[in-house]
Amino acid sequence: MSTAIVEVSNLSRVYRDVTALDGVSLTLERDKIYGLLGRNGAGKTTLMSILTAQGFASSGEVRVFGEHPYENEQVLSRLCFIRESQKYPDDFKPIHAFKAAALFYQNWDHALAAQLAQDFALPMKRRIKKLSRGQLSAVGVIIGLASRAELTFFDEPYLGLDAVARQLFYDRLLADYAEFPRTIVLSSHLIDEVANLLEHVIIIDQGRILVDDDADNIRGSAVSIAGPAHLVESFAAGRAVLHRESIGALLALTLDGALTAAERREAQELGLELAPVSLQQIVIRKTLDAGASLGSDGSFEDPTDIERKETQMGASR
Amino acid sequence: MIDDSRPIFLQIAEMIENDIVDGVLAEEAQVPSTNEFAAFHRINPATAAKGVNRLVDDGILYKKRGIGMFVAAGARSVLIGRRREDFYEQFLRPMAREACKLGIDNQQLLTMLGRVAATESDAPAAMEKEGVQ
Repeated sequence: MSTAIVEVSNLSRVYRDVTALDGVSLTLERDKIYGLLGRNGAGKTTLMSILTAQGFASSGEVRVFGEHPYENEQVLSRLCFIRESQKYPDDFKPIHAFKAAALFYQNWDHALAAQLAQDFALPMKRRIKKLSRGQLSAVGVIIGLASRAELTFFDEPYLGLDAVARQLFYDRLLADYAEFPRTIVLSSHLIDEVANLLEHVIIIDQGRILVDDDADNIRGSAVSIAGPAHLVESFAAGRAVLHRESIGALLALTLDGALTAAERREAQELGLELAPVSLQQIVIRKTLDAGASLGSDGSFEDPTDIERKETQMGASR
Repeated sequence: MIDDSRPIFLQIAEMIENDIVDGVLAEEAQVPSTNEFAAFHRINPATAAKGVNRLVDDGILYKKRGIGMFVAAGARSVLIGRRREDFYEQFLRPMAREACKLGIDNQQLLTMLGRVAATESDAPAAMEKEGVQ
């Protein structure tokens, strides 16, 4: 029943001496909400730019709705990419941006856009240049939701939005998705905030896919265990340890993999403390772990530079 | 509320089960829709649907086409039967272990259980007593 609408195979993107994407293969299915998670410079924006034909691949295959996205009106009219720092023409007001979006997106819902503008208290007739960072983000969020594109990418859409406005965004996203299911890719650093919205999670690190799994499979895929060091060590013997922290004679380990009921009982009988590990913690542990095991030094060096350059490239199109 | 310990669909299924056991959801009553669950708990609707469908597969809920999900007749007693099986492992063993750690012997434990049973059977009076003890 689930249909692939995006297929990527062995995709790489090299900027001079920096490999932003390194042999990425993945599939996005229809009507799911994806989380694209990873550190700054991990390759998230590069990947989304290529999928939306705003950036070029160095090698590899990309298919969106079964076709090449480049200069392909059939494909581009069905997708929406909300960038972290979208540029608008100098004299544009939100009302102009929405009118332009209405021309381009066949599913555009004007009533929804108007309602959201009111909810976000967005001044429709102020020049976009004069808007605050949060209001600028609101313009993007509104276009992303009201376009109702079959495939919508939100790249860090919440910059400058306060906690109330972010919650509003998440709630409206869920409500509108429930009514009009579509594929949504949410790239975010605020993992704890979006974790429960996601059906599927892709963790990318240093241009490679680290995790590609259902959110519910990842939830509970690691456990934190704490207690006297010798007991914890003997319990954890032979298991993959994602993280270790100790204070005095106490040791806390984050173990990869879920515990069986019997193992839980054993841990409890040893008097060890078990605690769940949040998706955000799992992402942190895994990306740190991967960084260490690849022995990378300096590959995180000024990664924001890459994303920033890219943003400008995309905007100038 | 939803936490990080287990898959969310399992937590949704358990919440519905709890409501059936507690009698909040009566047999033959309609269960909220997956979109209502999703909006209320702020979770992905597909995840909520997975939790609900698990109970459908299990015979606890049934689907009326075009109308919604309902609690099956006999669901409550099925769930209570299962909970009883889990009671020993989930509650009694950890309690006995903690009692042992604290040096509470079997006789004292039984006395305490008797006291709890007495207060639980008469809830309003129990609250006063607990305040005193």
